[in-house]
Amino acid sequence: MKISLKALLPLFIFLALGIAFAVGLTKDPSILPSQLINRPFPQFELPDLFDETQILDNRDLQGQVTLVNIFGSWCVACGQEHGMLMKLAREKEIVLFGVDWKDTREKGMRWLERGGNPYTRVAFDEDSKLVIDLGVTGAPESFIVDKKGQIRYKHVGPITEDIWEHDLKPLVLELEQAP
Amino acid sequence: MIAEFGQITLILALLIAGAQSVLPMVGAARRDARLMAFADRAALAQFILVLSAFSALTLIFINSDFSVQLAAFNSHTDKPLLYKISGVWGNHEGSMLLWVLMLSVFGACVPVFGKTLPASLKARALAVQGMIGVGFLAFILFTSNPFLRLNPVPINGQGLNPLLQDPGLAFHPPFLYLGYVGFSMAFSFSVAALIEGRVDAVWARWLRPWVLIAWCFLTIGITMGSVWAYYELGWGGWWGWDPVENVAFLPWLVGTALLHSLMVLGKRHSMANWTILLGITAFSLSLIGTFVVRSGVLTSVHSFAVDPARGVFILVLLVIATGGALSLYAVRAHVLRGGPGFTLISKEGGLVLNNLLLIAATVTVFLGTFYPLIVETFSNDKISVGAPYFDATFAPIMVVLIGFMGVGPLMKWRQDSWANIRPLILKFGLLISVVGLLVYLYGRSVLGAISMGVAAYLAVSTCVVFGRKIGFGKPGMGQRFLAQPGAVYGFFIAHLGMAIAMAGITSMSVWAKEDVQLLKIGAHMSVGGYEFTLEKMTPGQEENYQFLKGDVRVTKNGKTVTVLHSARRFYPVRQMITSEAGIQVRPMRNLYVGIGDGDAEKGWVVRAYTHPMVCWIWLGALMMALAGFVSLWERKR
Repeated sequence: MKISLKALLPLFIFLALGIAFAVGLTKDPSILPSQLINRPFPQFELPDLFDETQILDNRDLQGQVTLVNIFGSWCVACGQEHGMLMKLAREKEIVLFGVDWKDTREKGMRWLERGGNPYTRVAFDEDSKLVIDLGVTGAPESFIVDKKGQIRYKHVGPITEDIWEHDLKPLVLELEQAP
Repeated sequence: MIAEFGQITLILALLIAGAQSVLPMVGAARRDARLMAFADRAALAQFILVLSAFSALTLIFINSDFSVQLAAFNSHTDKPLLYKISGVWGNHEGSMLLWVLMLSVFGACVPVFGKTLPASLKARALAVQGMIGVGFLAFILFTSNPFLRLNPVPINGQGLNPLLQDPGLAFHPPFLYLGYVGFSMAFSFSVAALIEGRVDAVWARWLRPWVLIAWCFLTIGITMGSVWAYYELGWGGWWGWDPVENVAFLPWLVGTALLHSLMVLGKRHSMANWTILLGITAFSLSLIGTFVVRSGVLTSVHSFAVDPARGVFILVLLVIATGGALSLYAVRAHVLRGGPGFTLISKEGGLVLNNLLLIAATVTVFLGTFYPLIVETFSNDKISVGAPYFDATFAPIMVVLIGFMGVGPLMKWRQDSWANIRPLILKFGLLISVVGLLVYLYGRSVLGAISMGVAAYLAVSTCVVFGRKIGFGKPGMGQRFLAQPGAVYGFFIAHLGMAIAMAGITSMSVWAKEDVQLLKIGAHMSVGGYEFTLEKMTPGQEENYQFLKGDVRVTKNGKTVTVLHSARRFYPVRQMITSEAGIQVRPMRNLYVGIGDGDAEKGWVVRAYTHPMVCWIWLGALMMALAGFVSLWERKR
C-alpha cells in the first residue's frame, strides 16, 4: 500500500481542527470559571427595581440560600424559564433574588406584572455593574449563593424542571443543612 | 396513536438503514448482484418510512395534540395553520427529522434516476448514504426524539417563537437543508468512487446534477435567510457575518468550487483529486453547519437548542464521516489517475485558480467564524470577530476571484497564450477605469469605484463569452442561441447574477445611510437626502399578537415619496416583542424605517435608512440559483 504524505495532508488538517473543536466543546461556557466558585459574591450596591430610593447590597444575600437570577424583559429565554421560577417561588423551594439587566424600569416592572414576580427582591442593573463582576455572558444566568454569601454554583441558560431536580436542588438541600 | 406510529416507523427506518449500510458493501465486494440490489429497495423503504414519521409529526402539530411534548412546547391552537406546519421544523427535534427526510429523498432518487450507473458504484454509494442515515436516525431516536409524550397534558401549547412566524423563515430551513443534505450525494459518491478506485468523466457527469440541485437550494436558502434578516430583525442589514449565516455560506463556497471542478473532470478528465476532496469537504461543512446550530457551540440569535449531549453526538458523527472519508482518501489517493496536463494560461488553469481562491475564501470565513472558539480553547478569553475582519479579508479575495472570473471563461482548454488574451485584458482594464471614474465622480468613493468597475467588467466579459459561443452578429445566430446546452445558459445567468449581486453589495457597503433619533409625533429627521416625519402611532390587535403601528411620511425636496408603516408586535403567549420594519422597495434604492421603544411624551426611537440597490443582491443570488436549475437541462441528442 502506498500512502503519500500529500494524500495524508487533508486528514491531518481535519484532525487538528477536530481536536480544537473537541477541546472547545468540553470548555462549556456554562461551567463556572474556577476563580468564582467558592468565592464571596462580588460586592454590589444596586437600586431596587420597584423603588429607586432603596439600595440593595450583599446583606440581602446573607443568612439564607439564594438563587440569584439574571434576567431582562428583552430576553427570550427568560420567558421560557419564568414559569419554572414562579413554581419555585410558589412552592417555597428557594429564595429568589432577581437582577434585571440592561432594561428600563418600566419594562422590567411590566414584565413582572404580566408574568408574575417570583423574586423576593429585584435589583436593577442597568449598566451591567454587577453583571460584569459576575462574568455573565448572557441572560438568563443563575447563581446559587450559600448562607454566608459565597457563590456555589453557576447555571447558564434557562432553568428547566430537569436541571432543577438534578443539578440545583440537591446542592440547595445540602447547603441548607449547613450552619 | 399517531405518535407511536411515527416512533415505530423511525425505528424501522434505522434498522433498514443499518442493513443498507452493510449488505450492499458486502455485495459489491463479492460481486453479488442480489445483495447489491438490496440497496435500491432499502433506500426506497427508508424514504417511505421517514416520510411516514414526518407526516405523523405534521399531523400531530396540525391537530394540536399537546400530549406530545414537542407540539406542546412549540405549537399553540391560536396559531395560523401555515405556522402550525412550519412549527414542525421550527424546533430542534423536528428540524432534525426534516434533515433525515431530505437525506432519504436524495437516497431514494439514486435507484430512480441512477439506472445507468455501474451496479457496484451505486450499491456502495447507497451504502454510504445508509451509514449517514444510521447516524442521524440514531441521533434523533437517542438524543432528540420528537414523539415523546407529556403527562399531564397541557391545555394549550407554548407557541412558536414569534420571530419565526414569518413566511420567509417558515421555508428557509427546508431550502437550507435541501442544500446541506444534497451534498451528502457528493460525499457518498466520492467515498464510493474511492473504494471503487475509479473517478472518471462518467462519474462526474452523473454526480453534477445532484451537486447542482444541492447548490441551488442552498443558494435559495441563504438568500431567503438574508431577506428575512433584512426585514424582520429590524437593523436593516442583509448579511451580518453571524456564525449561523457563515456556516451556511461555507458549504456554498466549497460547493461552488466543487461544481467547477466537476466540470473540468467531466470535460477534461483532470482534477479528480480536487473533486473528491471538495465533495468530502462540502458535506463535512454541512455537518459542521448542523453541528454549530444544534450544539450552541457559538452562541448567537439562532441557536434555540443549547444541549452539549447533542453537540457531542453530531461531532462524533462528523469525526467518523470526515475522518473516515479522509483516511480512505489517504489510502486510496494513488489509484486516482491524473488527466491530461495543462498550462497555467488555459481554462483549466483559470478553474484551478478559481478553486484555490474559493478555498482561500472558505478558510477566511472558517477562521473568522471559529477563531473565537479556538482562542477560548487555549485561554479563557471570549472574543468575537466582527464584520471588519471579514470586510478586510474576504472582500479582497472576492475581487481577485472576480478578476479571474471575467477572463477565465474566455480562455481555451488545455493551452492558451498570453498573446491571445492580452488585447482583451487591456480592453477590460480600460472598461474598469472608465466605469470606475464615472462611479467615482458620482459617488465619491475609491473603493466603491473600483468595486463597481470590476462588477461591470464581469458583466461585460460574461456577455462577451456568451456572444462568442453563439457567434454574435454572424448569420445563424438565432439558431445557435437556441442550440446551446443548458450549461452555457447556466454559466451566462450565474456569472451575470454574480456581477449584479456584487454591484448591490458594493453600493450597500459604500453608499447606505442611516440615522437613529428620538422623534415625537410630528418631528422629523433627515437621512440620505430624505426627510422622515413621524406622523402618528396607532395601537391594534391581531389574531395572535397586539401591535403599535407607526406611520412615517418620507419626503424629498418637499414632495411626499411614500408613507411607511413600521410596527412593534407583542406576542402574549411567548411574552415577546418583535419589530416590523416599514420598507419601500425600489430597484435603485429602498427606504427603511424601524420604530423602537418610546412613549408619547419622550418620543419614539426611530431608525431610518436609505439602502441603494440592495435588491440587486438578492436578484443576483436568485439568478445564480436559477442558473443552476437551467444547467440541469440537458439537450437530447
